[in-house]
Amino acid sequence: MSKAEILNNIRRGLKRGEASASQRAAVMARLDARADNLIPRRAQLPQPEQVALFKTMALEAAAELIELDSIEQAPAAIAQWLEQHQIPELVCASDPALQALDWSALGDIARTQRVAQSGDLASLTGSFAGIAETGTLMLYSGATSPTTLNFLPDNHLVILHESRIVGVYEEAWKRLRSATDGAMPRTVNLITGPSRSADIEQKLQMGAHGPRTLVILLIKN
Amino acid sequence: MQITSPSFKQNARIALKDASLQKALGNLKAGFPVKRAQAVARLPEFDALRDEARDLKNHILENLDIYLEQFESKVQQQGGHVHWCRSSDDACKTILDICRQVDAKTVTKGKSMVSEEINLNDYLEKNGVTPVETDLGEYILQLRGDHPSHIIAPAIHLNLEDVSEAFHQHHHRPKSDDPAVLMREAREMLRKQFVAADVGITGANFLVAETGSTLIVTNEGNGDLTQTLPKTHIVITSIEKVVPTLEDMTLFLRLLARSATGQEFTVYNTLSSGPRRDGDQDGPENFHVVLVDNGRSDMMGGELQDMLRCIRCSACMNHCPVYGAVGGHSYGWVYPGPMGSVLTPQMIGIDKAALLPNASTFCGKCESVCPVHIPLPKLMRHWREKEFEQHLSPRAVRVGIGGWAFFAKRPTLYRWLSRGSNLALRLLGGKKGRIHRLPLGGGWTDGRDMPAPSGKTFMQQWQAQQREQQHPRQEKKS
Repeated sequence: MSKAEILNNIRRGLKRGEASASQRAAVMARLDARADNLIPRRAQLPQPEQVALFKTMALEAAAELIELDSIEQAPAAIAQWLEQHQIPELVCASDPALQALDWSALGDIARTQRVAQSGDLASLTGSFAGIAETGTLMLYSGATSPTTLNFLPDNHLVILHESRIVGVYEEAWKRLRSATDGAMPRTVNLITGPSRSADIEQKLQMGAHGPRTLVILLIKN
Repeated sequence: MQITSPSFKQNARIALKDASLQKALGNLKAGFPVKRAQAVARLPEFDALRDEARDLKNHILENLDIYLEQFESKVQQQGGHVHWCRSSDDACKTILDICRQVDAKTVTKGKSMVSEEINLNDYLEKNGVTPVETDLGEYILQLRGDHPSHIIAPAIHLNLEDVSEAFHQHHHRPKSDDPAVLMREAREMLRKQFVAADVGITGANFLVAETGSTLIVTNEGNGDLTQTLPKTHIVITSIEKVVPTLEDMTLFLRLLARSATGQEFTVYNTLSSGPRRDGDQDGPENFHVVLVDNGRSDMMGGELQDMLRCIRCSACMNHCPVYGAVGGHSYGWVYPGPMGSVLTPQMIGIDKAALLPNASTFCGKCESVCPVHIPLPKLMRHWREKEFEQHLSPRAVRVGIGGWAFFAKRPTLYRWLSRGSNLALRLLGGKKGRIHRLPLGGGWTDGRDMPAPSGKTFMQQWQAQQREQQHPRQEKKS
């Protein structure tokens, strides 16, 4: 049995047999503690400054930023962005907060609610958190937040409430654990700007396989 | 891939004269080290993080069996499967079995060095399953029947013309000299494959014991499409990648992108924890983690254990003067550069890889940029000692070292000889003090001049200094 062989070989190297009860307990205690390691000072700021840092870092990562006073303004802003880019359709997550909006501003733009398919031009999703440290979005999978919408369409539009911006990753993990009652969703996506590659001659090109554009609609508190 | 490490010297000689390779390597030197330095300068805590990362890795290794079992049990709780594989062969068979269970015809693949290590693509192809590489660099290499020459920039040895030619041949479209056009072409071609694949295989940068999650880091998003669209997701990874908690993973993530590409953070950091949940509308229905050992557990307890801290950032090769001169393929196997010179002898045998730990000037740059402080020169020295002990060094080296030892044990003779050669070299150097040609020293003088010794030998200078210290006034008067 490979598992026993591998574990025994590791233990032989460590010059011990199976770990003692106290060693195992120490490891379990360490796992349960979920203690922070050193956290850089960059994002340990009052929340308004975290919002400002998030914006700076997201722009640096080549995300587009549209700032709105309220979520109600989102449909019109999205319609305008899609028209500017001549995109006639929008695939949405079946997120209740998005469903509840008045979408009449979209006019002729077709809005469908489903998972993404090859060939989709634009998707709209919510997001769970924004991480100021590097301008990173956190999204996770669930019944109303399918993952394909984050990766398959050419353009990904994301709604982020300023109140959901935290300083550092560690704060986002804590929020995630409390939101999901400690159970991990199938996937958690940390997204920092649009897809890119420098595999040809180290020259950076945007839009490798994931979305070519990442638009963050930032909703004020 | 075929092992050519025993012919490192010949590989290197050819590489040094390959103008197109030298041009491509220029892109590397002008890119990664500069960007890394900028990213490090922006994060004042970078060095403190490196110290913590080293200590945390050491803690993990001391408790590796416990963390791996904990990881496995969490994956299982979430409906996933963990397969333990002692060797490359075990791992290939395990993956083929999973593919057969779901009657897979094609599999898409995210970039995985462990899959290169076990030669997975060849194995799948021979057994009727078509692997499709989806990372842009890996895709280019697959079309060309080529192999990665760098662990994070696999096609770094190629130029635009090579990519354009490969795409022209396989896509039957006009050639282009615009990287953006070429990338669009690859995007379009691979899109169909992503959707059609029955199985998606990705690697993992970290395994989180707390949550039973695997994490991959990509800039392209190919790894995400690879694991989200097919019905089955297989993660191929190795035993040293486990970390305790999400907070611990975060410590390494702050170091990884900065050390690798010099980015603040990689575009996509994706945690995968089992198959799709009740109510999920997409994502794989089956989730497998294939844990590969392949000689790693043999490194536990000895000097080489430090190497298991490696997080595969590539900073060591990006800063290595030897890698920068000869490129990754010269090393003759999957892992090039300093980290490869330590790992390869372990994985393919020191008898085949003895030249690699010798392909270093011991300048120490690799160790100085390593995010987890791996003493790479020390570990290369470990292999040099093994090589000598096992009588694997070439005759010339053994005779040379033997000859040197003879004189070193006879100090008077040694001093006379060094004074003599000092004088001879000064004469050879002429007025300019540069030696153009040196008997038995062609390896040096073919590429550059050898500076002639400037004056007296170390021992002569030492003795003079000692005399001065003992009789300072007399010396001053004279």
